[in-house]
Amino acid sequence: MSVLVFIEADNGVIKKSSLEAVTYGSKLGEVTAVAMGSIDASELAGVGKYGATKVLHCSDERLNDGVISATAKLIAEAAGQAGTDVVIMSRSSLVDAVAARVAIKMGASVVANVQELPDTSNGFVVKRGVFTGKAYAFVEVPEGKKVLTVTKNVVQLEETGSDAPVEEISVAFDDADFGVKRVGVHKQEGDILLPEADLVVSAGRGMKGPENWQMIEDLASTLGAATACSKPVSDMDWRPHHEHVGQTGIKVAPQLYIAVGISGAIQHLAGVNSSKVIVAINKDPEAPFFKAADYGVVGDAFEVVPKLIEALKSNQN
Amino acid sequence: MKILVCISHVPDTTTKIKFADNKLDTNGVQFIIGPYDDFALARAVEIKEATGGTVTVLNVGEADTEPSIRKALAIGADNAVRVNAAPTDSLFVAQQIVEHAKSENYDMILMGRESSDYNSGLVHGLVGELMGWPSIAPAMKLEVDGTTAKLSREIEGGHEDVEVTMPFVAGCQEPIAEWKIPNMRGIMMARKKPLQVVEPVGVEGVTTYKSFELPEAKAECKMVDAGQMDELVGLLKNEARVL
Repeated sequence: MSVLVFIEADNGVIKKSSLEAVTYGSKLGEVTAVAMGSIDASELAGVGKYGATKVLHCSDERLNDGVISATAKLIAEAAGQAGTDVVIMSRSSLVDAVAARVAIKMGASVVANVQELPDTSNGFVVKRGVFTGKAYAFVEVPEGKKVLTVTKNVVQLEETGSDAPVEEISVAFDDADFGVKRVGVHKQEGDILLPEADLVVSAGRGMKGPENWQMIEDLASTLGAATACSKPVSDMDWRPHHEHVGQTGIKVAPQLYIAVGISGAIQHLAGVNSSKVIVAINKDPEAPFFKAADYGVVGDAFEVVPKLIEALKSNQN
Repeated sequence: MKILVCISHVPDTTTKIKFADNKLDTNGVQFIIGPYDDFALARAVEIKEATGGTVTVLNVGEADTEPSIRKALAIGADNAVRVNAAPTDSLFVAQQIVEHAKSENYDMILMGRESSDYNSGLVHGLVGELMGWPSIAPAMKLEVDGTTAKLSREIEGGHEDVEVTMPFVAGCQEPIAEWKIPNMRGIMMARKKPLQVVEPVGVEGVTTYKSFELPEAKAECKMVDAGQMDELVGLLKNEARVL
């Protein structure tokens, strides 16, 4: 099977989730990777270590902006050149917007939010998340070309190979591919990006007001974690919308999710129940979060969080 | 402005999901307009109120989805189309939308970023590519300025502002608009608004849902005393191995 994996970089560094997609692809067949925009050749060649035999790179700087239509054209073009049967992409804000368009361009079937390697013992069946984290479905993909978007942590990263050759790929873009013009970007620089984070510290209404968030940020920086919040907190503008985790917000799947002063309504849990380990800190012993958590602390956040920071710091020393 | 809003008909977000005979057990389940689609609908009605025009609402579903369609009409859509078929797969749904939209000259097609039942989030991209229009998702803001639309799209760690010439497709999410609650007058008027039922077109290359599974039940939560944060750190390090 010939596999194409689309890889993305953040500040010039290939994302871990993209490398996981390469490892995933290498379990299915021979992997060609495709990347775009300004990324160093040595960084791209390193993708070979995770199982790619070749890296196609479209260095057109217009693609730095993550233009949806143009990205879709690049991936479909690369798939054509590489004689691809299956395209694999790790979920991101760009991939989620692009995958469907790639599938139509290729005449492929498409499945989003795949959780595991496919079962190919009888056809091609994938497991995907449905009902917003509350269930999984097994979906049969018909014969022919396929596009799959995979979730973070879909496989353990494996470093097995060596550097891969990098080739420039040229695509005949037209104006329509850049019909959506980026006129501004508002992004917090330097912070750990929530969807990519392995450790997340999240807080809710129990914090009583935005002025009390310093403690949460201190806990996050002690851990090297990203910060998140519940829906009421972002609705009240205590925190920005891109930190809102839950049914209608971001779905996270970190190694550790610490929830401070969040009751654990079903809509919030839907966004966090793919976390490996959940710690709930809440002063209400009846908070539903304790039913979904691995570790629980009943106590006032304003007392517990500083003690936790202290304990983490003395552990690090 | 001529706007198409595509809505899904999904279990209420508080539903405890269960399966029976390899299908969702709908016993006692309250169905609602998809929460993201509801945001798209609210924004479409606001745009119509500001600039004039029409809002058509489309749903792919069997007759049991009509309460959701009537609710959309009560909220302010002018007319509705129901494609009489179970929405089995994203491509299937997208092809039904395109079949309707291709002869209607819409200025924009809005929907939620994803349905909250199957969560594929593919339909806006599929419709965009099939129509040959740009598609933008997840859209958090949508303003109309002549034939240009100005949108804000969520990206990792923030958002980008984009501009596009109509027509286009957008997959919407909050805070694009506030959900609207229908008033009595809206509910009365909705009864008389046209709801056209059309039969589906056949689609090749669709995927098939074979079976479902619930996540494994969590082991009991281990409680740690609020004064013993060293113990919690120890557990996270040595037992859970996440530090």
